[in-house]
Amino acid sequence: MIYLDNAETTPVDPEVAKIVLEYMVEKFGLPGGEFGHSLQEEATEAVEKAREVIAAKIGAKPSEIVFTSGATESNNLAIKGVAYHPLCRKRRVVTSAIEHRSVLDTALNLRRLGFEVEVIPVDSEGFVKMDRLEASLRGAALVSIQHANQEIGTLQDIKAIGELCRERGVLFHTDAAQSFAKEHIDVKSMNIDLMSITSHLIHGPKGVGALYVREGVELQPLIEGDGRERGLRAGSQNVPAIVGFAEAVKRTSPEDAAKMRRLRDRLIDKLLQIEDSKLNGPRGDRRVCHIVNVTFRYVEGEAVLLQAEMRGLICNTGSACFGQRLEPSHVITAIGGTHEEAHGSMRLSLSRMTTQEEVDAAAEILADVVARLRSFSPLARRRGG
Amino acid sequence: MSKPDTSLQRRIGYSEKVIEHFTNPRNVGRLEDADVTAKVGSVACGDLIKLYLKVDEKTERIEKITFESYGCAANIATSSILTEMAKGKTLEEARKITFKDIADELGGLPKIKMHCAVLSKTALDAAISKYYAVKGKAKVDDTLVKLLLRGVLDPITGVDILSSKTVESISVQDREVTIGLRVDEKSQVAKELENDIIESFEGLPVNLKIVFKGSGNTNK
Repeated sequence: MIYLDNAETTPVDPEVAKIVLEYMVEKFGLPGGEFGHSLQEEATEAVEKAREVIAAKIGAKPSEIVFTSGATESNNLAIKGVAYHPLCRKRRVVTSAIEHRSVLDTALNLRRLGFEVEVIPVDSEGFVKMDRLEASLRGAALVSIQHANQEIGTLQDIKAIGELCRERGVLFHTDAAQSFAKEHIDVKSMNIDLMSITSHLIHGPKGVGALYVREGVELQPLIEGDGRERGLRAGSQNVPAIVGFAEAVKRTSPEDAAKMRRLRDRLIDKLLQIEDSKLNGPRGDRRVCHIVNVTFRYVEGEAVLLQAEMRGLICNTGSACFGQRLEPSHVITAIGGTHEEAHGSMRLSLSRMTTQEEVDAAAEILADVVARLRSFSPLARRRGG
Repeated sequence: MSKPDTSLQRRIGYSEKVIEHFTNPRNVGRLEDADVTAKVGSVACGDLIKLYLKVDEKTERIEKITFESYGCAANIATSSILTEMAKGKTLEEARKITFKDIADELGGLPKIKMHCAVLSKTALDAAISKYYAVKGKAKVDDTLVKLLLRGVLDPITGVDILSSKTVESISVQDREVTIGLRVDEKSQVAKELENDIIESFEGLPVNLKIVFKGSGNTNK
């Protein structure tokens, strides 16, 4: 099986899994109070060590890292945490049209509380329209704009956005679930106030992530109780997962990212050799290293996906016909794609474990499947005559 | 191709037979000597079927039937099984096939995909009625025009343009068929709808006129 759905989730690195198991079975303590017993102290030490590793990766202080159950929770905590805070007087939140659902839905639902929510459109490559963003900042409490897009891989210029927000005194949150530990991020020089990251997209365990909260930023917690995680996220920490998360971060490297980037471009080139195909999202350094998204005209994504899976390739589609939604990808439609383009859009996403042989085989499988489906598509012929 | 994959069935709710027909669709492709064709569905909805029928004029039996599909696995499977079910039947027998028969024959369909069976059934009905009209055995009337329009989907809502109330008026006088649409000529979907309607009337001995809201009209 060739697994190219790593933007959905990744397999846990076996070395990471060993450590997770160790913290489940042997070192099973939970961080305790100041005078904890040895198991508690062992756990406290492990969690704080993990916090240091993750903070160092993004140029933050360990005290600025809050562990959560993943990027969805982090996104909720960032957005609601700002909006629900009793001292938050500004009633305006700004986000973009191609955010992950956990940002878009959370932001849009603030309208029920009387917030004004502005959704900034993107251009044909998925870049946020900066003039529109700039014009929307007045009176805004928070801007939430992702780093890498989960479907088409567009990397926003978060440094420029951060600078703009800092100048105007608006808090800046970025969902960096897809780019964390793959693309360079420095929260200080990029003027980021809040940032969501997750473990399961970098070969760590599922169910754990973090929110970077810049010192001085006040949030209203969503889960209250025992005051853990600086009072921002109560509840027993998932120690094995947190330790595994940090171990997974340690195992990422710029070399692996460079390798993914090379294979990504190789895959794009091969897929674009298929007739009537089109790349969604930008090329080069403005695209995250692991996500490829191509539309094949005259065929429908679910059919492509299932036939590819029967041939041993696992990937993803923005088609409305797949799964329980019956609406096409909001990302493809936001970049101006027609419904037809969304129906025929396929996402292939790499990990550091992906090999060149797999990429080449995947391109061949897709070429075959697309040709086969086109052989009886009533649309394909229209081209010729 | 490969054998049906049971894990796929479990996950998506497709029966073994759906997967089998999707993997090895029967009677695919264009039929060069077809007496009649019927195209239903829309590109925007990602659901499109074109049927080709060759009918024995004396017995009115379907000699050959093939399909082309732009759509999901269920779209392909329902079209494929429909061709098997209809082949060899007389037009009147074939007309009695219901969308439920199609789904049952496939061992059931996920609820969310039931519209694919409905679309296949619509395609067959349209083809049969068009055959009678083409051969002069039936008049082009209101009923036939409505049947054909049921096969044209509104790209915005995904339902047929009669149900979506996109069609404002239908007038049939002899060979003059005029269809009024509640769509602005300049709107994004106007061209798409026009093409879809023209294609669904393909082969019929009529003069088709499509009138958009506001200004202008189109002669075929």
